[in-house]
Amino acid sequence: MGIFDFLRSRPQNTASVAKERLIILVQQERSARGAPDFLPLLRRELLEVIRKYVNVDTDAVEVQVQKDGGHEVLALSVALPEKGAPTMAANEA
Amino acid sequence: MTENIVVTSGKGGVGKTTTSASIAVGLAKRGKKVAVIDFDVGLRNLDLIMGCERRVVYDFVNVIHNECTLKQALIKDKRFETLFVLAASQTRDKDALTQDGVQRVLDELAAEGFDYVVCDSPAGIEKGAFLAMYFADRAIVVVNPEVSSVRDSDRILGLLASKTRRAELGDGKVQEHLLLTRYNPARVAAGDMMSIADVQEILGLTVVGVIPESEGVLAASNSGVPVILDDGASAGLAYDDAVARLLGDELPMRFIEAPKKGFLARVFGG
Repeated sequence: MGIFDFLRSRPQNTASVAKERLIILVQQERSARGAPDFLPLLRRELLEVIRKYVNVDTDAVEVQVQKDGGHEVLALSVALPEKGAPTMAANEA
Repeated sequence: MTENIVVTSGKGGVGKTTTSASIAVGLAKRGKKVAVIDFDVGLRNLDLIMGCERRVVYDFVNVIHNECTLKQALIKDKRFETLFVLAASQTRDKDALTQDGVQRVLDELAAEGFDYVVCDSPAGIEKGAFLAMYFADRAIVVVNPEVSSVRDSDRILGLLASKTRRAELGDGKVQEHLLLTRYNPARVAAGDMMSIADVQEILGLTVVGVIPESEGVLAASNSGVPVILDDGASAGLAYDDAVARLLGDELPMRFIEAPKKGFLARVFGG
């Protein structure tokens, strides 16, 4: 690093950005691996049903099969919108 | 015992064929009897990298379709007595490969006393790539320190654990090796490129070799001499180390530190 470096704008460390993105992605893809084929469709249909009542984002529903000891658990998680965001019902009213 | 080694990656252009050629040569250089097979039907290139493109008469697909014998199709390397190349067909499509046919060729190579069969996989996860990995005992997963390559490598690792003969028979795991290629220590030091440790952490595997980005690789492919034979190229030396590690030697990684900057470069920025 030279004494005049402060004159240049410091570029962001892109390697660490790449690493963080990949760690999340690889973890997600590994958990989807070997899971039943119907999961993506199930996720989509659940999303449609939930959106009839709550205006959630398209990536708000997560469906995962988790191994818990000897048996498998179907885990659903739905991220609800923040308070104040209008629901579908409210929109119709 | 013949060992089948697949060189694979998912992503194209990361150095599979360069790696296949150098690993095969490195093993033959150590006296092993080696066949290296190009599974990239329709887009063959191993013959060019090995420098035997003008001696291809019969190819892998001809053998599978009984249009010639295996002996007729094996091209003997001019540099090493115990090294043979089996070229891919340039004219047929990928469906020309069949699982039974590939198995028959591998069985015949085993019966001929080959120590290693190196299978150069095509990019992607289609039939050619699937058949290249299916019979593998070991896999060399070639990865660049770059997001799409790392992601694809993880996908390939998943397939190695499920879509191979060993996985299906429950016959022990395919032994996985990670080979990091096109590594640029100066860019890693500058924070522009993921480090060896980063890639190892993401994929959960240790590397069997780190091949630095080197002008020698292009020079080698230009001249049809696998880069491992170039003692003056850092990539060649790094490949030779990787082969030694595959055979069980423990060697420290070389060429992974950025060259030290001189005093003036440090003061005024490089």
